[in-house]
Amino acid sequence: MIPLLLILSGVSIFIGVGDLSASQLSFDNEEAWELFFISRWPRTAAIILTGASITICGVIMQLLLRNRFVEPSTTGTTEATMIGLLIVAVWFPDWSLFGKMSIAATCSLIGLLVFLKLAQNLPREQPLLIPLVGLIYGGILGAVATYFAFQTDLLQYLGVWLTGEFSGVIAGRYELLWIAGALTLFCYLIADRFTIVGLGERASKSLGLNYQSIVLIGVATVAITSSLVVVTVGVLPFIGLVVPNLVSRFMGDNLRESLPLVAGYGAIFTLFSDIVGRTIRYPYEIPAGTVFGVVGAVIFLWMILGRKNHV
Amino acid sequence: MISVSTLTHSLGHRLILDDISVEIPKGKITALIGPNGAGKSTLLHLIARQNPVQTGVISLDGEDIAKTASTDMALRMAVVAQELGVASRLRVRDLVGFGRWPQHQGRPTEVDKAAVEKALEEFHLLDLSDRFLDEISGGQRQRAFVAMAYVQDTDWLLLDEPLNNLDIRYAKSLMAKLRNMAEEKNKSIVIVIHDLNYALANADYFIAVKEGKVAFAGETSDVATSESLSELYDAEVNIIESDGKCFAFHH
Ligand SMILES: Nc1ncnc2c1ncn2[C@@H]1O[C@H](COP(=O)(O)OP(=O)(O)O)[C@@H](O)[C@H]1O
Ligand SMILES: [Mg+2]
Repeated sequence: MIPLLLILSGVSIFIGVGDLSASQLSFDNEEAWELFFISRWPRTAAIILTGASITICGVIMQLLLRNRFVEPSTTGTTEATMIGLLIVAVWFPDWSLFGKMSIAATCSLIGLLVFLKLAQNLPREQPLLIPLVGLIYGGILGAVATYFAFQTDLLQYLGVWLTGEFSGVIAGRYELLWIAGALTLFCYLIADRFTIVGLGERASKSLGLNYQSIVLIGVATVAITSSLVVVTVGVLPFIGLVVPNLVSRFMGDNLRESLPLVAGYGAIFTLFSDIVGRTIRYPYEIPAGTVFGVVGAVIFLWMILGRKNHV
Repeated sequence: MISVSTLTHSLGHRLILDDISVEIPKGKITALIGPNGAGKSTLLHLIARQNPVQTGVISLDGEDIAKTASTDMALRMAVVAQELGVASRLRVRDLVGFGRWPQHQGRPTEVDKAAVEKALEEFHLLDLSDRFLDEISGGQRQRAFVAMAYVQDTDWLLLDEPLNNLDIRYAKSLMAKLRNMAEEKNKSIVIVIHDLNYALANADYFIAVKEGKVAFAGETSDVATSESLSELYDAEVNIIESDGKCFAFHH
């Protein structure tokens, strides 16, 4: 996995409209280094951070809901974030970045908690019901966001948030993602607790774990990370769904072992989508979110339909 | 000793447990019996503090469980639930390993690891230890969960219908193991059980629950009679003694 990640990162750094090759990165070529530091490195870093952190969000949601078919973009969380961002754009446009992020994250958190409440009342024996309700719930929140954006003339913003892409990433415009990266690392540190929570409330309690507080930590992490990603690069659907499921087939759900792989493959899939999007119609770009939207939808369907063979 | 006093529990408008007062002796095997829906699992969950007590008091060795810290409870009491719904794909060894979580909180020592290996061996799980929980049979999963509670190494062990999916060999071996734990290590065990013969042969103490009330409780030889059991189950049960052992016949 690590060699693959390094190779793709290298490719990501050295392709682009401006010329940049490894040989140019000698110490006296200031122009090449500038391109590297202002555009190529930030873009690659943003892709890796995004890919890793949204897949981790997917895993955590899947454990908290004990359902394999959920992630922020299929359960209304990203739509809730967008409502938050619209609120910011309309009423608090001159708040500090931190203030704006807090509003967006709070909205995602509320959106997520409401969904958790909804999901609690669904029968466990019907695992597809939760993602279905999630899609409907997301649809409703999405409609609210669209209506609100339409009324306030902000539809354009919505379009930007809805398509996850990295072409706008340059130094100074992606650094929030390091917070998402830090949260991912934090999740790894308490991975065992999430694994136990995945065993259910009863099992967690009998091991003396404070179930509610771990759930809250998980929910907050997902809400914050997903708002950071939506703000900086937009929605990247399906990655948080597909990658954890693929890794779980081989590695299982012991997060201490599987989280590094989940994060790594999340980054790899995102890098790959971005590289394909950049090269397929060179010099134009197709957003990475769109590329993976197509690939991911196919894999997702295959996962759902092929489920019987595995359970 | 666990003492339950004036415990009443309702769900919605339904009274599930009705003024239960009973004591569970220490260092013994206690069989918790009764018809389906009597409230056995509910009682067990309340004792294990899985659900909050509504009215009444449950105390563990003299200490009100409602006031005991959860980390402390986990070191004193382990539970195996009746429904082992697992959505998680854990390897058997990892699952059993989590039984030591209360002791090590994420930093397993050599002692913890050795305890896990020993439990895997004792519950005949070594061959399965690298398999995923969703790729083994119901009985094998049941054994994995019992092994997980076993490595927790608590003074109290509560098991809700642990024999459910087990074949004769594993059922016998589990009962023998519980017997051994009570006798050699002075562990206290509460087991919800429907097989009266296993209960008669292994339990020191019986608690019978019917429609949310305690029907009878006491030493096995005192309370497990043909009359009391027939009345409990609304079906004819004959207890027959042979070679100093009791057997239940019901067909
Ligand atoms: N979640 C629930 N909601 C409502 N009633 C329940 C619930 N769980 C159990 N019950 C009812 O509580 C009673 C006792 O259940 P339980 O303790 O599981 O019985 P047992 O373990 O003795 O078979 C039953 O009548 C059952 O229908
Ligand atoms: Mg029961």
